[in-house]
This record gives sequence, C-alpha cells and structure tokens, in this order.
Amino acid sequence: MTTIAELPPGFADRVLSAQSTFRSVMDAMARPGSVQRIVPTAGALHTMMRGTAAIALTLFDHDTPLWLDARMAENSDVMKWLKFHTGAPVVQDTSIASFALISDGAALPPLECFALGTNEYPDRSTTLILQVDSLGSGRSVELRGPGIDGSTTLQASIKPFDLFERLRFNEALFPRGLDVVLVADDAVVAIPRTTRVANKES
Amino acid sequence: MNAPAYNFAYLDEQTKRMIRRAILKAIAIPGYQVPFASREMPMPYGWGTGGVQVTAAILGPEDVLKVIDQGSDDTTNAISIRKFFAKTAGVATTTATDEATVIQTRHRIPETALHENQVLVYQVPIPEPLRFLEPRETETRRMHALAEYGLMHVKLYEDIARFGHIATAYAYPVKVNARYVMDPSPTPKFDNPKMDNCAALQLFGAGREKRIYAIPPYTKVVSLDFEDHPFEPYRFNAPCALCGAENSYLDEIVTDDKGGRMFVCSDTDYCEGRQAAGHHGSLSAAPYKEKAGSHG
Repeated sequence: MTTIAELPPGFADRVLSAQSTFRSVMDAMARPGSVQRIVPTAGALHTMMRGTAAIALTLFDHDTPLWLDARMAENSDVMKWLKFHTGAPVVQDTSIASFALISDGAALPPLECFALGTNEYPDRSTTLILQVDSLGSGRSVELRGPGIDGSTTLQASIKPFDLFERLRFNEALFPRGLDVVLVADDAVVAIPRTTRVANKES
Repeated sequence: MNAPAYNFAYLDEQTKRMIRRAILKAIAIPGYQVPFASREMPMPYGWGTGGVQVTAAILGPEDVLKVIDQGSDDTTNAISIRKFFAKTAGVATTTATDEATVIQTRHRIPETALHENQVLVYQVPIPEPLRFLEPRETETRRMHALAEYGLMHVKLYEDIARFGHIATAYAYPVKVNARYVMDPSPTPKFDNPKMDNCAALQLFGAGREKRIYAIPPYTKVVSLDFEDHPFEPYRFNAPCALCGAENSYLDEIVTDDKGGRMFVCSDTDYCEGRQAAGHHGSLSAAPYKEKAGSHG
C-alpha cells in the first residue's frame, strides 16, 4: 500500500514543464507522423511511461473524464497518482471519456466504443493515448493528410498491429472521429483523424 | 515578498489546460470552430483577447514573439500586446518576421514566407463566416455539420449580380481541407493565397465569441469562387512609395486636402527590410537631404 507521500512526484516546475510538453504534443498533432520529444520528466510509474505521465500532468484535470485500460487500472498506484496530481475522474464508460490511456494495445477495445463526437460538435471526442513499443523502428507506414508536406514515413512497432486499418473508419466518419497520440518512453507521435495511410510496406 | 504578480504568461494553469485541449482538437479538425471558455483579459474585446489567450497558452520562455496590427509592428494594439507578454512572460520580442517563433497578428499575414518553426496566431472578431447570413448559432452549426454552404455561394453571387464582380475584399471565405468553410479573420483577400499549403501552423482565437480554430501546416485552403468568376487577390496598382515593392499589399495614405496620396507597404518589417537592402520608392527620403536640414 503506497501512501500519497510515497507516490512519484509530478513536474518539478509545473508551469514551464506543462508548456514544453504541450508544445511537443501540439507540434506532433500539427505534423502527424513526426516524432517529437517530451523533455520534462515527472516521476515514472511502472505501467505508465514518462511521456504519458507528462501528457497527463499537462492536459488532464477535473474537466476531463479518463478511461484506463485493464492493465493501467489494475495498478492502484497509477490510479492514486492520476487522482492526486490531476484530479481527473476515472470513468468505466469509454463513450464519455475525454482521454483514454492504453498500456496494453493488444487488448484495445473496438474504437467505436469511444466518444467520436457529433456532426455538430466533432471536438467532443476521445483522444486515445496509446503506449507503444517503439517510435523509430519497426514497420513503416506512409502517411498523408493535413500537416504533412506530401507524404511522410513513420517507423513504429505498434500493438495492435492493425491500428491503422482500424483507424480507417475516421475516413467515413469525418468530421467525427478519433485522434490518437502514440507514446514510446519520451517520444510522441500524433495521428489525428485527418491522417490517411498512403500505402503500406511490411 | 518577491513573488511574481502573475503566473507565467498571465493565464492560470487550469485555463491554459482548457485552451490547450481546444487547440489540439482544432488542429485535428481543420477549419472547425472549437468552443472554449474564453476568459476576461486585461484589455477590451476587439483588441485581440482571443489571440492573446491562444498566444498565452502556447508561449514558452524560449519563444521570440512578434505582434502585428494591419501589418505594422508599431501601432498601439501591436505595441501593447508585445509589452504585455514581455512583462508577464519575459519573452524576447522582435519585429523581424524571420526571427519570430510566434507571430500574433491582427488582420494581415506577413509578406515574408513563413517557415516550419513558426506559429501564426490570428485575432478574430467574428469567427463564423455564415453569421451575417444566418444569425442563429443552432442553424449555422447545423449548416457546418451538413457542409451546407449554398448560402455563402449565393452571397458571392449577389455580389456579382450587383457589382459585376465579387466585391468581398476582406474576410473572404475559404474552404479548409475540402470540408469546412472558414472565416480567415478580416485579412485582405490579397493574403488568402498565403494560407494555402503554408509551412507554419495557423491558429485563430476569437475571445468574445469564444471560439478557437486552426489550419495545420501544408493544408489545402481554397478561396470560394465560381468557374466564370475566379478568385482574384486585390492590391492597389502602384509600387510602394518607400521601397518600390510591386508585389506587397499597400496602405493608402492621404497626405493633404487636395487629393494627394501615397501608397506604402502595409507590412512595415518587409518595407524596412527592403529599404535597408537598398530598394527605393518615389518618395524615399535621400539621406544627404536630411543632413543638409532642407525641408519641404
């Protein structure tokens, strides 16, 4: 049983660390497929990567219901840490979550379960934060869409391996859809709902 | 007590988180207006409260900030916003477009092409392009949901029926990424082509109307038009009187009460840069004249 005092700390400088983390995530979202680095570190937790922890401290608060996957939720320290540092309510219902934290991509629920926004308010959708093995090595995917000059190649080892196939539902749903942030340690890549796979090699 | 009077960049952290989340969704849905809980700022509505909140949410200590008002770095609005962030965030400021990492603008896009490490933040008075055609928010929201933009084409057609050409000269509607019709803020339509496939991220903040929207880099932005009345950017048919530029957007300055006027670049940094590089216009002051003290 961990007490609050024994929990890993948040940002050392919460104002400037949050700003720096946000700029990395904003750049990632504005340039899909590009690998951005998150510099500030918070105390790491076993199932939560340091990049994920920094994003949590930067974007989560009492206004953002969170959904945690089973591996994340079974770690009571993660729950305590999130509650203490962000105050975000943890919900069981995926369809009302502002953010979903996924540490076990193999057990990713069907993407239709998450909030996809409405045609009037497409912004009211879940942002999926998916921890992956590597951003920089692995299978390569060619991406196109707003934010990309022509096309760009992302090399990543991602579970589920068919993530980009699953994300193709964004095409038909637009402007509704799901935005994904991939995290591997301190590296972050965003795949907003406008990004399309141009052609795939194995 | 040595405690700073304000949080870094004025806004409190909870407000910044809320604005940051809105910015991320705005980037993910290009051209869609994301509602946000706009705060009161220490300046009146209409003076850039939306742009200031967006800038405050993204600004870091390493940023170099440039603020322009109608292209000028030296007008009241630009100077006061630049001083505001110099005071509350301690950031470096500049007037040189090239050196800036964040550029907040009221109604112009700089003439110098923007690069990838820059963010352009627009101050927006009325974010809804359909507002003067349909006053009800519930209806305009439905129209955006259905991509029902016929009314906007009717408006442009009425321009042609009445004037023989599309007379809309500023806040000229654009379609972003082939989906949302968006108000580019009251920039002259001369600037519209610069929004298309721009290397920099473009963010728009409307404080009174509580909306944030965005154009990601390298995104298709098309000015609405008709096959037989294609979009045409407009500029006064004259060179700049100070730097001789033939391709910049010009301000008309009345110089006397006898119909005298001069045309000068609206982008002061661009104009000064050209003058420093040795370009002259018809009304450039020759340096030796000043030394001689001759006047008029």
